[in-house]
Amino acid sequence: MTAAWITIAVLFVGTALSKAAGPLTTGGKRPSGTALRVTRLVAPAILAALVAYETLSNDGHGLVVDARVVGLGAAALAILARAPMIVTVLLAAAATALTRALI
Amino acid sequence: MIQASNIRDGVRAGLPLILPTFAGGIAFGVLAQPIMGSVAPVVMSLVVFSGAAQFAAVTVLAAGGGALAAIAAGMLMNARWLPMGFAMGPFLSRRPLFRAAQSQALVDASFALSSRGDGTYDRGILFGATLPQFFAWSTGTLAGVLLGDALADPSSFGLDAIFPAFFLVLLFGEARGREPLTAVLLGTGIALALMPFAPPGIPVLAASTAALIGLRGAKTRTEVTA
Repeated sequence: MTAAWITIAVLFVGTALSKAAGPLTTGGKRPSGTALRVTRLVAPAILAALVAYETLSNDGHGLVVDARVVGLGAAALAILARAPMIVTVLLAAAATALTRALI
Repeated sequence: MIQASNIRDGVRAGLPLILPTFAGGIAFGVLAQPIMGSVAPVVMSLVVFSGAAQFAAVTVLAAGGGALAAIAAGMLMNARWLPMGFAMGPFLSRRPLFRAAQSQALVDASFALSSRGDGTYDRGILFGATLPQFFAWSTGTLAGVLLGDALADPSSFGLDAIFPAFFLVLLFGEARGREPLTAVLLGTGIALALMPFAPPGIPVLAASTAALIGLRGAKTRTEVTA
């Protein structure tokens, strides 16, 4: 019980500080051209890692290929067919659920 | 200035995430309730509001680990806010205290949505997209705590595929041009290479270093124009 509340209290402060650290360091001035060339790549780089991690992570312990891969494939096809966002994510969920039901 | 219309656009962009975030909140509540009781998980979702960190910490506690190990696991997941904060920091309020407060709206999907693709970030989109996720996450946790195992397993509906699919849509939008595409391939490679052995949180953090190719790009461009 106490361990839980200590964890919550420390993570409350720790999470807030991790989120604020960057913005407090950079200041509010517009970055230079070189900095912008780097910051514009942060979102694509992190997004790519999130797609890989959330599709293939075995609960944080290594890689596993499961029904989520089929869902991601369905999403890719929907994107190429220019489907709206909501259709794309629901198709991904449906394809994943169907695969799980079949295997 | 924060445009109200941008916040509205952000809310709209974040709406598809309500369902999977709510489901994630339920899963967290179900996992945490036997270990922490009924109040603590909801408090944690309200004040920590970092799904990955909360899951990591509570998984350690559930396995019999102590507070220190749980905090360490949570903070590893939190490490990714550093590169995101550095990228988006200059586009928050000019006043430091406000900047620190506004940065609390950082979550993966909102950060990605707020990227304009030219190195600048739209804080109105960030706040707007985070709002529905915050409500879905905390109410989902409450539902998980109250209803527990009576609820259906979200994975049987494939809801765990929604986040990667959502990120993939954003990725297709972001990966225009040679440099962003290189950052995407490099980021994917780093994450996949580290996932088999690195602790959770490290693959995503390390992948952000792929953005540093922007430094090299600056030089190449001058050479091309010269």
